[in-house]
Formats: sequence, C-alpha cells, structure tokens
Amino acid sequence: MQMQLQKVFERPRTLRPVATHYCPGCGHGIVARLIAEVIDEFGIREKTVGVAPVGCSVLLYNYLDIDMYEAAHGRAPAVATGCKRVHPDLVVFTYQGDGDFASIGTAEAVHAAARGERITTIFINNAIYGMTGGQMAPTTLIGQKTTTSPYGRTAEQAGFPIRMAELLATLDGASFIARVSVHSPKNIIQAKGAIKKAFSVQMNQQGYSMVEVLSQCPTDWRMSPAEAVKWVEEKMIPYYPLKTLKAP
Amino acid sequence: MEKTFMTGNEAIAEAAIQAGCRHFFGYPITPQSEIPEYMSKRLPKMGGVYLQAESEVAAINMLFGAAGTGARVMTSSSSPGISLMQEGISYIAAARLPCVIVNIMRGGPGLGGIQPSQSDYFQATKGGGHGDYHLIVLAPHTLQEAVYLTMNSFDLADKYRNPVMILGDGYMGQMMEPVSFPKLTPRHTPKGWALTGAKDRPANLVKTLYLDPEALEKHNLVINQTIQKIKKEEVQVETYHTDDAEIIIAAYGTVARIAKTAIEVLRNKGLKVGLIRPITVFPFPCKIFEELADRRFLVVEMSFGQMLEDVQLSLGRKASVHFYGRTGVVPSYDEIIVEVEKLVK
Ligand SMILES: Cc1ncc(C[n+]2csc(CCOP(=O)(O)OP(=O)(O)O)c2C)c(N)n1
Repeated sequence: MQMQLQKVFERPRTLRPVATHYCPGCGHGIVARLIAEVIDEFGIREKTVGVAPVGCSVLLYNYLDIDMYEAAHGRAPAVATGCKRVHPDLVVFTYQGDGDFASIGTAEAVHAAARGERITTIFINNAIYGMTGGQMAPTTLIGQKTTTSPYGRTAEQAGFPIRMAELLATLDGASFIARVSVHSPKNIIQAKGAIKKAFSVQMNQQGYSMVEVLSQCPTDWRMSPAEAVKWVEEKMIPYYPLKTLKAP
Repeated sequence: MEKTFMTGNEAIAEAAIQAGCRHFFGYPITPQSEIPEYMSKRLPKMGGVYLQAESEVAAINMLFGAAGTGARVMTSSSSPGISLMQEGISYIAAARLPCVIVNIMRGGPGLGGIQPSQSDYFQATKGGGHGDYHLIVLAPHTLQEAVYLTMNSFDLADKYRNPVMILGDGYMGQMMEPVSFPKLTPRHTPKGWALTGAKDRPANLVKTLYLDPEALEKHNLVINQTIQKIKKEEVQVETYHTDDAEIIIAAYGTVARIAKTAIEVLRNKGLKVGLIRPITVFPFPCKIFEELADRRFLVVEMSFGQMLEDVQLSLGRKASVHFYGRTGVVPSYDEIIVEVEKLVK
C-alpha cells in the first residue's frame, strides 16, 4: 500500500530559499515570512514593492523575492511615497526598525501617515538599536540597560519611550493602526492577521496603514531566546499594549 | 518661434514639463518658490504629481523613490534646502538614479540671505554629500539657456544614470525675459533596472549598501567610469572674444552675463578682454583654460573664490590669475571694469 503524503506546510513563493542573517531568536525573520505569506495569499508578488532602510531591516531584499529599495536611515516612508505616487497601482510597503521609524525618521513617518499615503509600514519595535550593537532606542523602556544607557534608561536623562502606534492613530490620514507581537505562536497568527489587514486597507485605497510588531532581540538584550520571549510578555507588552488602535 | 514672457523659475519649470517631467517633489524656499508653485498648477492637470514634502530631506527621498521607478522626476530648492538634501543626493548618486535637482542659489553660509549668490559651487561640483560621486552641473547664464539646459538635463541624467543639477541663482530665478520652447521629443532610454513590480522578470533592487569591500569598490568603479566618460564627452563652454584677448575673465551664470557687458565697454575703450564661460561647471572645461594659459585671467564670482580653484588647477601654478568676488551682493559691470583696468595699469 502506498502512503499518501499531503503537503500541509511549505515555503511561500515570495520567500527566497536562503538562510537569513538574523540572530537566533530574533523576531525579524518571522515577520519577513509573514509578509511573504500575505503577499502570496493576495497574489500580489508581481505588483508589490518594498522599502527597507538602514538597520537589521536592510537586507530584507535578500529574503523577499520582490522589487525592493534600500533606503537611507529613517527615509523609507518618503521613498515609498515617491514610488507610490508614480505608480498608484503598485502595493508599496516599508519595513522599519524603531530607531529608524521612531527616531531619525519621525518626520517622514508622521507626514506619510498624515497625508494618508496609500502605503503600509511594518514597524519592528525591538526596544533597541539592533544593527549597531545594542544602543538605546527611542522605544527603550525605562530602566532598560543598553550600551548607551549602561545604568538603565532614566526619564530624567533620556525622556520617555515613544508609543508610535498611539501617536499615529491620532492622525486622520492613518486608516489602520495596530500593535502585535511575535513572541508566541498565537501572537504570530494574530500578527499575520494584522499585516494582512494593513495590506488590504492599502489595496482598498483607505489610507495609510501601520503594524507595530514587538520583536525580541536576544543578542542585544543580552538574553537567551527563551528569556527574551518572556521579556516581551512581562516588560514590553505592559508598556506597549497589543491592540488594534484604529481600523476603517 | 513663439516667445513667452516669464520668470527664470517658471521657465525652468515649464522646460522640465516639456522634457517629460511629470512628477515633482519640493519644499518652499525663496528665491525658487515659483518652481513648486508652477508645478502645483500645471502637473495635476496633465495627469502628473506635485507633492509638497514635509522637508527637503523628505523631498529628495521622494525623488529617490520616484526616480527608482524610472520616471522623469525633478526637485528644486535653494541653498539651505539643498544642504538638507545632500544625504539623499549621495544615495541617489550611489544607486545611479537619473533625476534633476535645481539649486537657485542664495547667500550663505547658514540662513544667509535671499539675495543671489554663487557660493554653493564647491557643494555642487565636488560631490556635496558623502562618498565618491559627482553631479553633472549645468550653469545657464540667460533664461533661454536655462530652458535649453533644463530640457536636455533629463536626457543627460538618463543617458548616464547620474543625477543632474541645474545651478542658477536668485537673480536668474526672479528676473523675467521672453523665452521660447523648442519642440522636443524626449529621448526614450530603456530602464530595465527600474522598480515597477517583478512581473515576468527577476526582482529588481535599488541599493547602495555593499558590505563586502571589494564589491563596494567595484560598484564605485562603475560610478567613476561614468564620471570619466562624462568628463570626456559632456563639457560645454562658451568662449567670447578670447582669440585676441590679453585678459580673460572667467565667470559662469549671471556673473558671466554681467561680464559680457563689461567686456563690451572695455573693448570700446580699446582693451582686449575676453571671457571663458563654463556652461558645465562639472565637468569643468579644463582644456580651454590650458590652451589659453599664456593670457592673464580675472575670475569673477558671487563668492569669495570657489570656481577660482578649478581655474587655478586648470591653468597651473605659473599662470597669472586674479580674483574679484562679492558675496551677498551682485557685482555690477562697473566693478568688473575697474578690476580689469587695475590689471592693465
Ligand atoms: C544617518 C545615519 N545615522 C546612523 C546610522 C547608523 N545606524 C545603522 S542601523 C542604526 C540603528 C538601527 O536601529 P533600528 O532602526 O531600531 O533597527 P534594528 O537594527 O534594531 O532592527 C543606526 C543608528 C546610519 N546608517 N545612518
């Protein structure tokens, strides 16, 4: 008797068959896969353009088999705007870290959202500057130790971490804003749902969409992957609550 | 050909439209705001896009995005805004994206003033942002010439996959003159590298990061070979009464125009004075200076001596080079006459 093997899981067409450069336990690779799955499920690989700026995000084009730009630090929403304004028929998204989106690129982030630019931002909040080796980010939590807040971040010295989702949700041009995480299978499934919704909002011409993804960075948090997952649950989520802040 | 009476800023904007530019991203700043204003009036009516960016930083990155799709795109600004664009210009040059950037120069450094100036010459011709690259820099001296050069700038950018700068000054931006627009069929350059969605072809990538040192050098060599080709093939220069000239004025843009008036007066007085006027300030017309290195030179600029260095380099150490510069103020032809007369005394 011959056994019938049913395929229940495979690599998305949009995900290139390569190993990533991400550290063990990092959330970036998970999100890259989710984006690839969403692109495949919508069947939009041939009309999707991504923009990945400086940071651990930057090599996303090595993993996604779509047309992509590499952008300067913080400028992805402006680059995406230029692309989308020339080709309104394309699906254009940016993939940005927290230093990128919430610090050096806040002007571009806020104004792309305020204009209701028909683009989608996937915003990886790992509360740290990953690529440059673990310096303090605008999203670093109070008390969190980084290489440039070696005694722990204090509000007196460095101010408060920014909640980008809440901030952008105040803007009329922002249509869909959600915060998700990728620290557990359940959360990963929810994250995919939010990314899918964000893309559909763009395709339905409903304005700007942004999904903030809380993402673990064991290497720069100086933790094991298991500890990092716990830290997301216990420290990050209380300050950055997971929810859909705005939907059309 | 029919002539239209318009400001330099409007003439440049219209020339860009006629060259096929349908997308403009900018941010207001005096003395060039008539360019974005003109674009905001015209482009939406012809199916194009005018977008006011939140800053020059954003504007130049929107240009990066739009140029990356292969579209003919332009931005314009004036000195402080152009400084803010330098990061993006460096990325555009690195990614080899064709586009046109207009700098209607005003006084600096800092906020400077809104008067005409030529003090961004170093920034325009030597790279401006970080890294090994050059812009092709075109410096018109009349509005009609601004029209021709702007119309041609898009073809040049496409041909070399290199950004082009139109380098004007506040005087040129604000003054009015009759100009005509020759019929132009924009050259169609295939852009297989453009990002338009990976349909029926492998995915394209617009990038500037080369972590492998050898790969970076290889990429920079391609840029450099392009620059060397531009130096060889794209030099434009006007010589004016240089054949018998004992004294040659070197000037570009508005100052060259003023110098021409001074030269008329001086020639009527019997003085043999000529002019070399670089039209491309990058690539710089070194050769014509070398050929005429036995004459005496007076470099005149609206700066304290920036093009002067290129003239000196071209002429060599033994040449006789004098300089007259005003910054913040436009030199009058009388002042130039006085400077030339000092030399013959
Ligand atoms: C203008 C500029 N400033 C600084 C840097 C250096 N730099 C590279 S990545 C980075 C931080 C990235 O952190 P983040 O955006 O949080 O992304 P992550 O790497 O954590 O995913 C910095 C500061 C740069 N490339 N460009």
